[in-house]
Amino acid sequence: MSAWLPRMRRIAAMMVGMPDYDAYLAHMRNHHPGQPAMDRTQFFRERQEARYGGRNGGKCC
Amino acid sequence: MTRHIPWILIAIVGAAALSVVALSRGEAVNALWIVVAAISSFLVAYRYYALYIGRVVMRLDDGRPTPAVRRADGLDYVTTDRVVLFGHHFAAIAGAGPLVGPVLAAQMGYLPGTIWIIAGVVLAGAVQDFMVLFISMRRDGKSLGELIRMEMGQVAGTIALFGAFMIMVIILAVLALIVVKALAESPWGMFTVAATVPLAMFMGAYTRWIRPGRIGEVSLIGLVGLLAAIVYGQSIAASSFWGPVFTFTPLQLCWILIGYGAVASVLPVWLLLAPRDYLSTFLKIGAIAALAIGIVIMAPPLKMHAVTQFVNGNGPVWSGGLFPFLFITIACGAVSGFHALIASGTTPKLIARESDAPIIGYGAMLMEAFVAIMALVGASILDPGIYFTMNSPAAVIGTDAASAAAAVTAMGFPIAPDVIAQTARDVGEHTIISRTGGAPTLAVAMAEIFSHVVGGPAMKAFWYHFAILFEALFILTAVDAGTRAGRFMLQDLIGLVVPAFKETASLLPGLVATALTVAAWGFFLYQGVTDPLGGVNTLWPVFGISNQMLAAIALMLATAVLFRMKRERYAWVTIVPTVWLLICTLSAGLLKLFSADPKVGFLAHADRFSAAADKGDVLAPAKSMAEMRQIIFNDRVDAGLVALFLAVVLSVLFFTIRSCLSARRDAQPTAREIPAQLVAAE
Repeated sequence: MSAWLPRMRRIAAMMVGMPDYDAYLAHMRNHHPGQPAMDRTQFFRERQEARYGGRNGGKCC
Repeated sequence: MTRHIPWILIAIVGAAALSVVALSRGEAVNALWIVVAAISSFLVAYRYYALYIGRVVMRLDDGRPTPAVRRADGLDYVTTDRVVLFGHHFAAIAGAGPLVGPVLAAQMGYLPGTIWIIAGVVLAGAVQDFMVLFISMRRDGKSLGELIRMEMGQVAGTIALFGAFMIMVIILAVLALIVVKALAESPWGMFTVAATVPLAMFMGAYTRWIRPGRIGEVSLIGLVGLLAAIVYGQSIAASSFWGPVFTFTPLQLCWILIGYGAVASVLPVWLLLAPRDYLSTFLKIGAIAALAIGIVIMAPPLKMHAVTQFVNGNGPVWSGGLFPFLFITIACGAVSGFHALIASGTTPKLIARESDAPIIGYGAMLMEAFVAIMALVGASILDPGIYFTMNSPAAVIGTDAASAAAAVTAMGFPIAPDVIAQTARDVGEHTIISRTGGAPTLAVAMAEIFSHVVGGPAMKAFWYHFAILFEALFILTAVDAGTRAGRFMLQDLIGLVVPAFKETASLLPGLVATALTVAAWGFFLYQGVTDPLGGVNTLWPVFGISNQMLAAIALMLATAVLFRMKRERYAWVTIVPTVWLLICTLSAGLLKLFSADPKVGFLAHADRFSAAADKGDVLAPAKSMAEMRQIIFNDRVDAGLVALFLAVVLSVLFFTIRSCLSARRDAQPTAREIPAQLVAAE
């Protein structure tokens, strides 16, 4: 039950297309150790551009 | 057996509620019966039909890695908790469509719309979303155009991409038209919507430099700003200086929106689009939840008739009879082809395991249908006199309270002029007469429901403008994002002929494609705004036809894939809705082209005007020969567009049949899925 609030935050963030930064860090650690990972701000900007840059077709009617 | 008992009970409750809704005559039915009927139908449909499709038709297999597992990169491909992903997918599919269509459909009474939404979503809409999600999930999350190319060939893929672009154009035009209709001559609404632009830019700067990435925080700040804008909007509207500054005619607003679309879609995304999307997404989810709670607390009786005389056609809101036009008027909410683009977008790249697909693909669409049901309830709790006053074109009911009251009363929905004037005063508008497009009607209904729960009658005007703002906000986001998406589609299409055009990084092709996209939807918007019948009348059916045709295309793809998987035994799951959509859209398209009734058929309308023009007559609503020629030209463009849609859908049908026949001749499955065993290597 204690995971309730973080989960709500993740739902809200994902509604606007922002994935979990910690999951990204974990992925980089496990699969690409030694490679530099983006910091939180870079990650935010990169994801923002990826979502809204246009390729994804945006929203529905 | 015992595990089925709760579901049998839910089914019985649903059937009972539906029969109350369907069979009561004379006495007012409570709106909650519709809500209960819808929810129970959706639960049973999910438990039995969605899971049947998942287990038997698709044979979902958790041993098969999803794209999020196979290609995990922490960015685009991420295994995501299914509740989180449900929110993501629902927020992407639910827009203005499910709110507007049902409001317009209420002119035939609440019963036809309710039945179509429930049956349509269960058998067609949710099946489509789920199937496309499944197909894309098994192919690395490829997009609809790529999927059609893979399974039905290059030509079919290109035709579908072209169709999708035209549909995007029509959607943008019709959404922009709804904003024009909602904000014209309404300084309060116009001010609040205009205030969101600097507000969003502030939020953009905040998340860019001050506190990067703090979406929740900045959204709260934005919300406070929005509420302040609504509150101050009232004084702005009342001011003798600022009131007129924010008062625009529909034509002025049309040009403002075209200019806005052109500029906004080339700005950096962090400045305007992204922050406004945060606001509109959270506001949308919040407003939908509040509407659901409000309806349950208020438990309003339905004042609209179950079925009105307009089922035979000749209704004032839109022309045409129940079949086929009801089924294209309510597109989003029952079945929406646009979702095929979303279900083959980001969602399939995020699914953690295959067994999550039913709740995401089928479940989120059921949720959208529920939103549509609430919009239908909203329109139906209003006095029908008010409903028809707001939704009939000025050409039918005039522009003052006395003429509107007389005309609407003559339709059989008695209303007094002072009730019309009082309703306008209650919601803080100059007039509610002929505020077509659905958004203002829904806003009046939401104001009714919200003020019942919070604030009483004194808060009605605030809630009305809150509702208008909420609708306008996400429509403007859609216009902006849609123009960008349209630009890329166009660059891909032109790139087939002129390869240099595909270069999305270089400036000139991008600007040209953006200008062409804006010009395309701007043309239809202008045409809609200057249309004497109010535009919605003409454009909404074209939008509905195009959206349902895209749905038919997606379902045809799904059918072809089932044949190529050698599962044609189960292909009825997609063939049944495909056939129904083809019947509806082809007959609606043909009627729009060839109906002899000038109110329905574009060509008949053009003929009537050109016959008059040849004799030198000027027919109302045209005031000059130039306007006559404009009307004739518009009719022919619309007719050409509908003919184009028909050609697209018929050619995809041809490719589907060819693909299915050739799959039957093959002994082995030919569907191009990523093989299950590839995983181990990764």
